[in-house]
Amino acid sequence: MLSTAIVIATTLVCIALILNLWRLFIGPGRPDRILALDTMYINSIALIILFGIYSGTTLYFEAALLIAMLGFVSTAAMCKYILRGDLIE
Amino acid sequence: MTTKPSFHLLPMPMHSVILFIAWLLLNNTVAPGHLVLGAFLAIAIPLLTSGMQDPQPGFRKPIATIRYVLMVIFDIIVANFEVAVLVIGPAKKLQPAFVAIPLDIEHELPITILASTVSLTPGTVSAEISEDKKWLYVHVLNLTNEEELIALIKHRYERPLKEIFKC
Amino acid sequence: MEFWIELVVSVFLVVGAVFVLIGSLGLAKLPDFYTRLHGPTKATTLGMGCLLAASVILVTYQQGYLSLHELLITLFLLITAPVTAHMLAKTAMHHNLEILDKTSNKALTKRARDRINP
Repeated sequence: MLSTAIVIATTLVCIALILNLWRLFIGPGRPDRILALDTMYINSIALIILFGIYSGTTLYFEAALLIAMLGFVSTAAMCKYILRGDLIE
Repeated sequence: MTTKPSFHLLPMPMHSVILFIAWLLLNNTVAPGHLVLGAFLAIAIPLLTSGMQDPQPGFRKPIATIRYVLMVIFDIIVANFEVAVLVIGPAKKLQPAFVAIPLDIEHELPITILASTVSLTPGTVSAEISEDKKWLYVHVLNLTNEEELIALIKHRYERPLKEIFKC
Repeated sequence: MEFWIELVVSVFLVVGAVFVLIGSLGLAKLPDFYTRLHGPTKATTLGMGCLLAASVILVTYQQGYLSLHELLITLFLLITAPVTAHMLAKTAMHHNLEILDKTSNKALTKRARDRINP
């Protein structure tokens, strides 16, 4: 049952990633694209966690934590950059 | 920044506790070596960084704080189901809105916690705060009644915070 | 493995993945930026919480000791999600992104943009 649940969950998360990718392509504004990237990194953490459960190791925890931290910092940095650029004009 | 008149071993006790717990969680162990190393880091890092901190009101009531955290976690789960239903349902039925909420609490830390709670719970996202920190602008996904929403936020989330921080 | 642990873990995994999918679905289908912001900040956070809870239960059962370090990721996401949402909303207001026509109190964005009282 658990292996079936992992397959179902991975499929759902992959569909979510494709939807994010679609928004990243069509997103009308720059904030939309940043939001899509932000959601993509969270979904990739989900994928890594699922792979960790699938392979039965806790080795991937550090990778997930690093992606969480770097993703947040990069989103904040991109927002700040766009805000500043707009403010200076 | 004024210079400190006396030397404190634990200038920020809450931060020390959080650092200690985070270190143990990060290493996923309670081995004696990590206890010592975690305690050392929990004392050393606040000593090095306390000079950079702005004074904030502290948590006055631990029991009220725990009750608030549990209430927010419960509300997050409920609000998530509501938002999930709204997202799946037809987008034409949504009635998005901007609402300005008057704030009674002062200081940056309580307002930050209130804004974060509002972002996570009842179908709202905090968008901006006015210069004098008296108004919080939020975006609502599906507005039914403006007064009701303001009353809910003020009654359910702001009042406990006011009690916890005594401000 | 005991049946009920497998059941609980499976339910958490599927529910978490469904919430993650709903968050991304909201991002893809809702009409304007401010409504799109709601999906990822709320649904995805809870979805990740469910997935990580499943991981905590499974690893604790398999390894035989309490393994809580996945909680660190949950806490981190819980703290950073509102901050990200706030910064993105701020960015969107400064960019004057188009707002859905039926949004009530649309004029408030101009006041919020300049951070003056309504």
